[in-house]
Amino acid sequence: MTASLLSFYIFSTVILLSSLMVITSKNPVHSVLFLILTFFNGAGLFIILHAEFLAMILIIVYVGAVAVLFLFVVMMLDFKISLDKNNILQYLPIGFFVGVVFISELIIVLINTKFDLSNIQILVNPMIKFENLTNTEAIGSILYTDYILYFQLSGVILLVAMIGSIVLTLRTREGVKRQSIQSQLDRKYKSTITMVDPKSNEGVDI
Amino acid sequence: MIALISENLFHLFFIVGLCLLIFVPLLLGVVIVLFADRKIWAAVQKRKGPNVVGPFGLFQIPADGLKFLFKEIIIPDGADKTIYFVAPILTSTLAIAAWAVIPIQENIVLSDINVGVLYIFAMSSLGIYGILMAGWASNSKYPFLGALRSAAQMVSYEVSIGFVIVTVLMCVGSLNLSEIVYAQKNIWFFIPLFPMFVVFFISALAETNRPPFDLPEAESELVAGYQTEYSAMPFLLFFLGEYINILLMCAMMTIMFFGGWYPPIDVAPFNLIPGFIWFLVKMMVIFYMISMVKAFVPRYRYDQLMRLGWKVFLPLSLLAVVVTSSVLFFFNLAPVFS
Repeated sequence: MTASLLSFYIFSTVILLSSLMVITSKNPVHSVLFLILTFFNGAGLFIILHAEFLAMILIIVYVGAVAVLFLFVVMMLDFKISLDKNNILQYLPIGFFVGVVFISELIIVLINTKFDLSNIQILVNPMIKFENLTNTEAIGSILYTDYILYFQLSGVILLVAMIGSIVLTLRTREGVKRQSIQSQLDRKYKSTITMVDPKSNEGVDI
Repeated sequence: MIALISENLFHLFFIVGLCLLIFVPLLLGVVIVLFADRKIWAAVQKRKGPNVVGPFGLFQIPADGLKFLFKEIIIPDGADKTIYFVAPILTSTLAIAAWAVIPIQENIVLSDINVGVLYIFAMSSLGIYGILMAGWASNSKYPFLGALRSAAQMVSYEVSIGFVIVTVLMCVGSLNLSEIVYAQKNIWFFIPLFPMFVVFFISALAETNRPPFDLPEAESELVAGYQTEYSAMPFLLFFLGEYINILLMCAMMTIMFFGGWYPPIDVAPFNLIPGFIWFLVKMMVIFYMISMVKAFVPRYRYDQLMRLGWKVFLPLSLLAVVVTSSVLFFFNLAPVFS
């Protein structure tokens, strides 16, 4: 047993247990935290496969940004409703249906795929022509040349989604007091303060 | 399993020893930096600062640390106990873990991985969880509000930090931290990329919740933010994590903009001094700047903070990425792959 095999077992056990906890724990915040643990250990599996770039991107994008927003939303929810036991039974049939569809699809794919385990090299190192590059460089030199169209298209799709959601939620309400930073910065001593010399019993006109 | 452990026992002890070699100087560094912080802050305000415990008040910080060790841990009623205690441990662990890839001298680094920058970026972006978990698990208003503020702030400024890192990486052509330093043998990057250094410096202040961006723990509004309900050892861990993160940002700026272990001029009296001393000196100079900012800049309002992050720094750093890449491309300066 090698160290990488041992760490593979540790990572995958934690992944399985924590993903089980995601769907069984009663508190949604705990669920999200277990989901994060799952992502994190997934990154560990990538590192065992020597895909350190993917591992780091997984942590930065999913754990560091997407899951933070998840946690953000879930924390602000009033989650006492989901503790009811009847809810679990209510969602069981649809969950079971989705699970069966997913597993049968996976089985169909696996039956129709032939794993040529005799040539293990191609599985370990799928990009032979980039053998002496780090995998950051290898991914870069494929992504920005052969797959530039798909790369740019997915970027545009994300941009459209972002603009769409901004447009949907953008509304100008009446009577909202806003901070105008520019006018605050433009405020000068001379335009705001005047020296007056008040006379006794007369006061000043402002 | 047992065979594996016994075979690698020596290796294991070796790695643990190396980790301690990073960790112990780091703790010492935190003590020095905390002392310096308080002294500088005091000097700006014409006070004396800590001067009673030990010579020049040097033992004030260890004494404070000991005090936290012996205090009672108070758990708020209705707190989620597991998460409540995991949060400070997570914060300090992640802060220390990021130091594994920092090269303080040529070939003196615990783990010289080829995605070093991304690793540090990942560890610092995970730091949000400690704060969010602390705020939620305390089951109290002010910590929760502080945690929400803090998470929004850190996510916002991470974006511009990311783009600044991208500009630096384009000039280097590698994600390895040692390579970044090697690329600055002739010219330190803060000269050609000075605006990016300013953006990074200010974003680093926001990322580490330092004044003037310490809104998560704004005393006048939120008591002490996410750490309101923490006392004794857990509080100490938060405090430790915060200062180790600040030191990490100093080290990052040293590596990315001030040429790491290289001396300012490569002539006789300077290049005889070992590289790690230059590294530490540069870190201390940057920390001095961070400390001075704390002393004389008033705290930002929250909307100003968000405006600065999203409407000023994000477009500016995006523009810098475009300009830098164009310059590198058209003047044929871009580093080539092997």
